[in-house]
Amino acid sequence: MFKFSTNTLWLLLLTATGLTYWLGESGQLDHASMAPVLLIFGFSFFKGMAVIIDFMALRHAPALWRNLLLGWLVFVTSMILLAYWIGLR
Amino acid sequence: MSSPAPSTDAPQLAGDLAVWLIILAELLAFGILFLSYAFARTFDVALFNASQDTLDLNFGAVNTALLISGSWCVVRAVEAVKRDASANGARWLMAALVCGSGFVVIKLMEFAAKAQAGIDLSTNTFYMFYILLTGFHFFHVLAAMVFLTILLVKTGAGRYGKHNHHALETGAAFWHMVDLLWIVLFPLIYVMR
Repeated sequence: MFKFSTNTLWLLLLTATGLTYWLGESGQLDHASMAPVLLIFGFSFFKGMAVIIDFMALRHAPALWRNLLLGWLVFVTSMILLAYWIGLR
Repeated sequence: MSSPAPSTDAPQLAGDLAVWLIILAELLAFGILFLSYAFARTFDVALFNASQDTLDLNFGAVNTALLISGSWCVVRAVEAVKRDASANGARWLMAALVCGSGFVVIKLMEFAAKAQAGIDLSTNTFYMFYILLTGFHFFHVLAAMVFLTILLVKTGAGRYGKHNHHALETGAAFWHMVDLLWIVLFPLIYVMR
């Protein structure tokens, strides 16, 4: 798994937030397709993973705890994507 | 034969086990709310999109940046205390509290604007979720700020250091959870149409 310094990670998280904001403001999300949904929640997933692994210091924690939190993120993100896919049909 | 001393490289949770159990419970509660919102939206996508248009994306984005920056400051504070640089750690905790205060001010402005527009829990399903989710999260930010304030005072007094940072890591874990929840909440409520 990639390992960034704390400062680099902070900048990456801010960049992902900026891109999410830009996509929201640009009107790109008004198109009825799954592509922007996947992109936006992809950014969110990356940010959540970075917080869990590095900010919460679970990289070197027992695997059970790391997997519990990552599992929560995977499950919630997947179900949200499923709901948006249903909403597009 | 004596048993071997535990290795310092053994995987360890940062902070108290109790706070991690609380974090799991909070994630489950918020997870249910996030999915309830996402699936409720499928029944009236037009209403949710129209209501979402009234939210200020600028506020949501700035608040995301503030919480992420607050988390970064808390990580730097823990790193500083682990180097026995308590004064530096206290400064980072203060910076995290400034970020948290900025979040609170912006959220209060948002809530006030919605209240002035006559929006409440009964306005429609979207606003019910918006007020419930962001309001519930808001109280968690306040709680996390109380913990950080206590940790700031104790760190400033030199109570934590290289060999004593368990409480600091416990408070930090709770703060990061608040950040993690907002990272899912922001695209869900503010951005995605």
